[in-house]
Amino acid sequence: MVHVSVKKLGVSFGHLKVLRDLDLDVQEGEFIVLLGPSGCGKSTLLNAIAGLLDIDAGQVWIAGKNVTWKEPAERGIGMVFQSYALYPRMTAERNLTFGLRVARVPKDEIARRVERAATLLQIKPLLQRRPAELSGGQRQRVAIGRALVRDVEVFLFDEPLSNLDAKLRTELRVELKKLHMQLGSTMIYVTHDQIEALTLADRVAVMNGGVIQQLASPKELYQRPVNRFVAGFVGSPAMNFISGKLEASNGAPAIVCGDGVRIDLAGYAFAGRPDGGRPAVLGVRPEQIHLVPELPETTSLPLKLTVIEPMGADSLLWGEIGKETVSIRANSDETHAIGESVNAYFQPKRASLFDAESGVRL
Amino acid sequence: MSAVALNPAEAVEPSGPKPRRRFAPATIMVYGVLIVAAVYYLIPLYVMVMTSLKGLEEVRLGNIFAPPLEVTLQPWVKAWTSACTGLYCEGLQVGFWKSVRITVPSVIVSIAVGSVNGYALANWRFKGSEFFFTILLVGSFIPYQVLLFPLVLMTSAIGIYSTIWAVIVVHTIFGMPVLTLLFRNYFASLPIELFKAARVDGAGFWGIFFRIMLPMSLPIFTVAIILQVTGIWNDYLFGLVFAGQPNYPMTVQLNNIVNSIQGVREYNVNMAATLLTGLVPLTIYFVSGRLFVRGIAAGAVKG
Amino acid sequence: MTDMAKPVAFEAVDVERPPLRIFRHAAAKIATTPMMLTVIFVFIGGTIWTMVYSLTASRVLPARDPFGKDFVGLVQYVRLFQSERWLISVKNLGIFGPLTLLFMFVVGFLLAVFMDQKIRFENTFRTIFLYPFALSFVITGLVWQWMLNPAFGLQKSVRDVGWTSFSFDWIANRQLVVYTLVIAAVWQGTGLVMALMLAGLRGIDDEIWRASRVDGIPRWKTYLYIVIPMLRPVVVTALVIVAAGIVRTYDLVVAMTGGGPGLSSQFPTLYVYEFMFVSNLSQGLAASTVMLITVAIIVVPWAFFEFGRRRTR
Repeated sequence: MVHVSVKKLGVSFGHLKVLRDLDLDVQEGEFIVLLGPSGCGKSTLLNAIAGLLDIDAGQVWIAGKNVTWKEPAERGIGMVFQSYALYPRMTAERNLTFGLRVARVPKDEIARRVERAATLLQIKPLLQRRPAELSGGQRQRVAIGRALVRDVEVFLFDEPLSNLDAKLRTELRVELKKLHMQLGSTMIYVTHDQIEALTLADRVAVMNGGVIQQLASPKELYQRPVNRFVAGFVGSPAMNFISGKLEASNGAPAIVCGDGVRIDLAGYAFAGRPDGGRPAVLGVRPEQIHLVPELPETTSLPLKLTVIEPMGADSLLWGEIGKETVSIRANSDETHAIGESVNAYFQPKRASLFDAESGVRL
Repeated sequence: MSAVALNPAEAVEPSGPKPRRRFAPATIMVYGVLIVAAVYYLIPLYVMVMTSLKGLEEVRLGNIFAPPLEVTLQPWVKAWTSACTGLYCEGLQVGFWKSVRITVPSVIVSIAVGSVNGYALANWRFKGSEFFFTILLVGSFIPYQVLLFPLVLMTSAIGIYSTIWAVIVVHTIFGMPVLTLLFRNYFASLPIELFKAARVDGAGFWGIFFRIMLPMSLPIFTVAIILQVTGIWNDYLFGLVFAGQPNYPMTVQLNNIVNSIQGVREYNVNMAATLLTGLVPLTIYFVSGRLFVRGIAAGAVKG
Repeated sequence: MTDMAKPVAFEAVDVERPPLRIFRHAAAKIATTPMMLTVIFVFIGGTIWTMVYSLTASRVLPARDPFGKDFVGLVQYVRLFQSERWLISVKNLGIFGPLTLLFMFVVGFLLAVFMDQKIRFENTFRTIFLYPFALSFVITGLVWQWMLNPAFGLQKSVRDVGWTSFSFDWIANRQLVVYTLVIAAVWQGTGLVMALMLAGLRGIDDEIWRASRVDGIPRWKTYLYIVIPMLRPVVVTALVIVAAGIVRTYDLVVAMTGGGPGLSSQFPTLYVYEFMFVSNLSQGLAASTVMLITVAIIVVPWAFFEFGRRRTR
């Protein structure tokens, strides 16, 4: 059942059109992540859903009601901000209860909700402390608690983990996932960190330039990115891109790159018929390349190794084909030398092919 | 959506921007209060200008809020050239140049000292520097009446009492806390790498100051200049006590012109004189706007 | 020093001894001598001098033998507080100070809040509210003296319009003249307080506003319960600084009322000046010392609170 819905949303700041004609449907209980680089419009979209921004066109629907003109407090949402936005001069407990008291919620109801939130987030011993006396992770938990006590069905997160150090980020990420599993509420989460997106989300909306590039499950995004931007944004280390021209002589598709090297593409699932002569870009992930043909249906391309980066469990090998660089993730046990010529084997069915100009998947 | 009478069941489906009432009560109140306050603030200026453009008869008989029936610049001329300040009747122009003679060197010296102090404290901390700075700041709270006579004694001892030099020294002394603070904070906010790189290059204290710090400090110098020019030009007491009778600044002359009880009170001339005295800082203010705000925010310590 | 054979490479080098502590940063020390001289001689020295000589019987010139025959102990202070003129001065300051502070801060804060509402013409308004601060206190005093002059100022104008029984002759009224000074001082200084408060308000993180909006807290309550407590340090600092400045009010009084009518608008600063340079130096010094103590009472607790706290962090 659709829980949150955005229809033909348009938002502009002055003359700058940040969002245009945007549609998004979020299912009930879903954890959806808005992912993208700075300036892509993800925070704008979130704030528009929250009602904190004035929109130029379109509608916002939450739980079956048109809330386009409603104040944030009337939309049935709770929100968690990047810098926690806790009221600095109040104790954690007052931070949780202030909004409720303004809304004249009865005292015992307030106590019940605080109890529930505090237990769930393990912040009970912190309730009498002020934000300045709490660590970053604790503050964020109180901020989440403030959204929780509102007893709402939709939670909005605006890059909540970006202000924390790496270790804390990982810890809280896990907690957020657990929280979602326990509560089952609809959550809309904004981040620029693709690892957060892949680990937390049921579905991810990758955004760029105010447009949703792809809305799909993390797995789908990873395996079948719909255009070059998504392919390059998702996955770390980033996908390799090799440009060349398509060749489709008698049903054996291939791409000819750089110095005339021909890479066989049999097994790749084309969307339409491959047309020869079209400039295209081949995308292969470093972890999908092996230096020995161990998997079935592989094709290969020749590389000359230039740099070897040992990274502990794996090594990242960099090689050149023509003028382009390709990275390979190899096991640390293998030994290679710089200058060595190797064959990079990969399965075309796992690779991606994009039109060189439009970036669209072929 | 048609504008035909809507019955609730056919109300407009919310979409797009929320309709906003142009004149919501809250907005009216906000603008209302601000406009009333603005009028209250502008009235004195208005009165001054209006009165200064009226003939004396009109001033005496008329309403101070009414615009002049006959505009005349005669009060201005008189104020500038022939108003009586004590014994002499040569108008304010004398005082104007005296104020300039006091202000320009005072501003230069006080800012020079303050900026060097701030630079030294920010980049060249040495043992005891923070202690002196703290006392300096504490000292800025001391009512200057406490220091007035000792300063008179000191300036007499070195023979500059009742000269312009005494005023310059006094303004420098009292400007030191604020200016040092201002410059110190500014220099401390500059990236320290610049300073370190210059030292590695072999530059010394003064070299770094003149070649690196100064060129980067135009904004803060502007603020300091605005602050000092306004404060020193508007000063009354130090000019009165230290400058000596031949050197009285415009503010003192103004007070003499107005509050001297001899003869007929020419209000229009007095207002013109007042406006003339305030012209310099006001002009600076209107021209510099934002910078001025920053300057006085810093100068709030001066009180 | 051990008896190890020195490696050959080191013998040729002459290790430079670091200069004595006192010569380090010599240039900086020389450059800041004005500051150090000022601090020692003017601020510290001057204050001590004033306090010492306030315990003497100096008339027009400082007493020759302050620690000997001219020492009179606290006599000057006793005389001070028996002087009607001084007592009037203190009373006036006691009325003027708190009232001016109160109005400056309340009106200043309200204006700042209104200015914070994303209004148009903000720059124009701010320019208007702040220009009085660019004026000398002498000018302010003179202008308000004229405007409140019953014979031809506000009172006369309103009467001319038709309201003939209107009276506003406070400036000529011994009991009420202090309040006219309050009006003038508030006119001059409120703009500054407003500018400071506005800067403080603008510094509040936007996310706090958004959070309170999501929580459903109305704007005015957000100001009252969340924003104002956040501004407390700024407000307190501004209060202390303005209060310390109010004690020094001189130019304004001289220009506006001259201390009159009679003695009714006397102020401590005027008292100091009168006696210090005219008839009785020690009285003037005693009065200044009292002013100093007053300021210290305001500032020292605040300083300890502000800076003492920082050390415990």
